[in-house]
Amino acid sequence: MSYLLDIFTIAAISSGAFFFLAGTVGLLRFPDALTRLHALTKADNLGLGLVVLGLLPRAQGPLEALKLVIVWLLVLLASGTVAQLIGRAARRGSFLE
Amino acid sequence: MTLVLALEIFLAILVVAAAIWTITARETFAAVVGFVTYGLLLALVWMSLSSADIALTEAAIGSGVTGILLLGATARLEVAEKSIAARSGTALHLVAAIVCGLVTIGLATVVLALPDPAPTLASAVAANMRAVDLGNPVAAVLLAYRALDTLIESAVLPLALIGVWSLASDRFWGGRPGVQQRPDRQGLMVFLARLLAPFGLLTGIYIVWVGTDAPGGKFQGGTILAAMWILTIMAGITNTPPTGRLWLRIVLITGPIVFLAIGLAGFVVPGAFLAYPTGLAKPVILIIEAALTPSIAASLGLLLAGPPERMPEG
Repeated sequence: MSYLLDIFTIAAISSGAFFFLAGTVGLLRFPDALTRLHALTKADNLGLGLVVLGLLPRAQGPLEALKLVIVWLLVLLASGTVAQLIGRAARRGSFLE
Repeated sequence: MTLVLALEIFLAILVVAAAIWTITARETFAAVVGFVTYGLLLALVWMSLSSADIALTEAAIGSGVTGILLLGATARLEVAEKSIAARSGTALHLVAAIVCGLVTIGLATVVLALPDPAPTLASAVAANMRAVDLGNPVAAVLLAYRALDTLIESAVLPLALIGVWSLASDRFWGGRPGVQQRPDRQGLMVFLARLLAPFGLLTGIYIVWVGTDAPGGKFQGGTILAAMWILTIMAGITNTPPTGRLWLRIVLITGPIVFLAIGLAGFVVPGAFLAYPTGLAKPVILIIEAALTPSIAASLGLLLAGPPERMPEG
């Protein structure tokens, strides 16, 4: 059972790391602010979500697991809002090079 | 073990890279972004040294509050910056580089010259933890053994705020800081502030409360409270208070005054400045923390809000 959980953790965290890598590549390579934001928020949402998912079986108890999930939800809220704010500023032209 | 070492070396390289990027950045805005990144990486370094208290403080105050203050300064400097950049030539840069280099070499010499194991008071703190009845040794150092440092720190914040307020023009003295924020039409900031502020309020109070027994405390918790306050101000839900109000000034100085009064009372009961009566150390420390938290949160929030920029009302 613990063997299976280990595999689950490794698989989930590796996929999360892949999304962070892809998001970073997108941030560096995409041509303008809106597409870069698109790449970046994928890293936050899916990447961190998968990392948290992988860490859940490792939590000391239900309370710690809940804290991990809350951290993910708070990052979702913050990154979603900030992406909207930056996107709006970019559309107005203040961030376009 | 080697994997941990490799991660620590990688982290150290990242911190140095962020520092170099910050000082070589051409634009002030980019340099501030670099500084915030540097602070967050430094918080990770403190975590890898198992210093969660310092990591929290670095992330909240060193990186967060200072970062926002610097961003505000960047916006204000925009006009004057070109003339400043023109005036500071290579000679000034060279002198700054030499002085910073000398300080770095001096610090490195001192740290590397420490005997191994380094001299420590940790065992003395651990041996006397029972006397103050606290679970977090950092809180015991900050509020019992070195309470004088914390008292002076807490008095620095209102003094810094007086410094910021004194930048106001005479006609704005006593008025509200910052410009009036209108709630934005699409309601994005309003949504964030309404959703996040209650949660942040709870987290801030929790971090203050847990600080006596686990990593946390009034400065870290107070910073979160101040951030939530600023968030509601930025969203246009609340307004900055008029700086001339008596209640505001009472909130600002209550913490340091309670701390000082308890310190002076120490002369009477145990017989020394800032000494706590035996057996009552923990309740007294909790009173100090509870009194300091609103003062710290209000001071930090008003430091971020800046000098008064509106006419005092009535």
